[in-house]
Amino acid sequence: MQTRETILSVKGLQVAFGHGRNRFYAVKNASFDIFKGETFGIVGESGSGKTTIGRAIIRVYPATAGSILFHGEEITGRLPKSRRRDLTNQIQMIFQDPMASLNERAKIDYIVSEGLLGRGIPREEVRERVDQALRDVGLLPEFASRFPHEFSGGQRQRIGIARALVMNPEFIIADEPISALDVSIRAQVLNLMSHLQREHGLTYLFISHDLSVMRFICDRIAVIHKGDIVEMADTESLFAHPLHPYTRALLSAIPQPNPEMEKHKRLEIYDPSCHHYEIDVPGWNEVENGHWLRANKQELEKALEMLQRS
Amino acid sequence: MAHILSVRNLHVQFTLRGRKLHALRGIDLDVEDGESLAIVGESGSGKSVLNKNFIGLLDQNGSVTDGEIRYYGMGDKLRHYPGAGVDENGSYIDLAQFKKNEDWLRIRGSEICMIPQDPMTSLNPLKTIGWQIAEALMLHRGMKGKMAYEETIRILEDVRIDNPKRRYKQYPHELSGGMRQRVVIAIAMACNPRILICDEPTTALDVTIQAQVLHLLRELKEKYNLTIIFITHDLGVVANVADRVAVMYAGDIIEIGLVNEIFYDPRHPYTWALLSSLPQLGHRGEELYAIQGTPPNLFKEVRGDAFAARNPNALVIDSLQQPPYFDITPTHRAKTWLLDERAPKMEAPKQIGKIRSLGHPSAPADAGKEAEHADA
Repeated sequence: MQTRETILSVKGLQVAFGHGRNRFYAVKNASFDIFKGETFGIVGESGSGKTTIGRAIIRVYPATAGSILFHGEEITGRLPKSRRRDLTNQIQMIFQDPMASLNERAKIDYIVSEGLLGRGIPREEVRERVDQALRDVGLLPEFASRFPHEFSGGQRQRIGIARALVMNPEFIIADEPISALDVSIRAQVLNLMSHLQREHGLTYLFISHDLSVMRFICDRIAVIHKGDIVEMADTESLFAHPLHPYTRALLSAIPQPNPEMEKHKRLEIYDPSCHHYEIDVPGWNEVENGHWLRANKQELEKALEMLQRS
Repeated sequence: MAHILSVRNLHVQFTLRGRKLHALRGIDLDVEDGESLAIVGESGSGKSVLNKNFIGLLDQNGSVTDGEIRYYGMGDKLRHYPGAGVDENGSYIDLAQFKKNEDWLRIRGSEICMIPQDPMTSLNPLKTIGWQIAEALMLHRGMKGKMAYEETIRILEDVRIDNPKRRYKQYPHELSGGMRQRVVIAIAMACNPRILICDEPTTALDVTIQAQVLHLLRELKEKYNLTIIFITHDLGVVANVADRVAVMYAGDIIEIGLVNEIFYDPRHPYTWALLSSLPQLGHRGEELYAIQGTPPNLFKEVRGDAFAARNPNALVIDSLQQPPYFDITPTHRAKTWLLDERAPKMEAPKQIGKIRSLGHPSAPADAGKEAEHADA
């Protein structure tokens, strides 16, 4: 796994808001690598800082400490204009609510092409690229002259994806792209996303609170709680051996479409006071190949024991 | 069990820019006292419209054009009302004949109550949560002063809000999403209703909080013998809470049955499609089953089986004639020609067979729980 090419590397990222007494650490200490061509998931509840990480990567929020490397080059802090433009080309974002994230007063043509404007690209080429992006997401180029309100939720999310795709990005941050959609349309959008990944060799950062979707689409998953990444592993090993109590609580809460199992379900509730971090400070430990856990010495021993037994 | 609500051949139409939209096309539904019924369907299938009929909150441009909604929960109390009557299930009142808001005030809240979808927007930000619960007590149960306060504290404890005396004085913005949803449930419970309608009670919530809220609703149902109607688009959530499931498509209930019958032995192609498109049933790296196309346009008259146009294996008759209900068991029936004896044998998609093993201890998803067991 170590031989794979790293596309994005986040090291000790910290994002804070406010000053003085109101200082709030949305992300305390996040470190992870994303490899080329994979889908990396960040899962956590609302307020855990998962969206903040995504926004720090596309430079919406400044990082207060730590660094983010894209292809080995620093992308936080002040950058020359040309570099910022390149990054806009390479990193794009898909938003949560397709009803709210499209400009109601603009035609699809403009919405999709907006990122290309003012870059000295000839008008015909812009036109071509918009048509191509629309075709890629399964819409017809004729739709370009319509307004967003003429489309259904699933189609709007496709437009949102086309808008990201038109820049020819390598890396796409998808922030809860299917949470606002109906179940039947979710499947269509998920299929489209994996299809585009194969076709264009995209790398995704997939942010969601829904582990059942994550299991389906992600190669690796990081679990974040209150600004700390508590566990990170391959999807299968995370589901097979969840080590952190918070991960276990999340897994136990996934609704299963199986009435017999659901009747005997035992919910686990995560209580942060089960940790004793005052003296024994937690660290970021690799417990098995590619499986990372935030734990102190005592917890680490327990986790290793648990792994051996299973 | 006794019926508490009985819908007969209900048709609802909306007038939009001079055109008629046929939102409900002949619904038949019996709700039993003390059960929890889930109504599942895509957006636009009419599941919310159906439930708005029960509490008189249909939009201005909508009206019941045909059918009855018999409510049995009032006994003889309203026997002078125009819609009152007696049938084999007892005295009833026909809610479809209610016209005035004053009529509805006797039903809404104290008999049938609704929990709206989004707890973030359904509370008054200027009033303390205690006041908002006490208000329901004053209006619906005639309580005052100290009595209302004490009852409010009791209800807050009921919905598992810790430290209720302090919470009483807090404002909605001081609470998290899950807590707010509990407050909304508390307001509904303060009215002491017979039927609780939950319109997507958990879509705005996180998975962990969602599980807790569903657990709470189940607890309350046991404690107060509530009848709960869940409206949702996510079949994954339903398995946990429902006794029976009704699947709606294009303004009609196309399949209804006990929760086990719907999940383990679904018969309608639309139910198959809904279940197969759940990501829980998918395999990473493979295509997830997706329903193609869009629901039919209800401005036009639907001919035959409404799902036929999106069903790749539709029969010829599906596009000609609407199927009637076929009984599979006394509790399970579906509207599909596949159940006719002349129909060709059609197997349910293979994903459906996997449902039984989902979340089973041998499946990897639950290995963690096993480890936990060993730990304890």
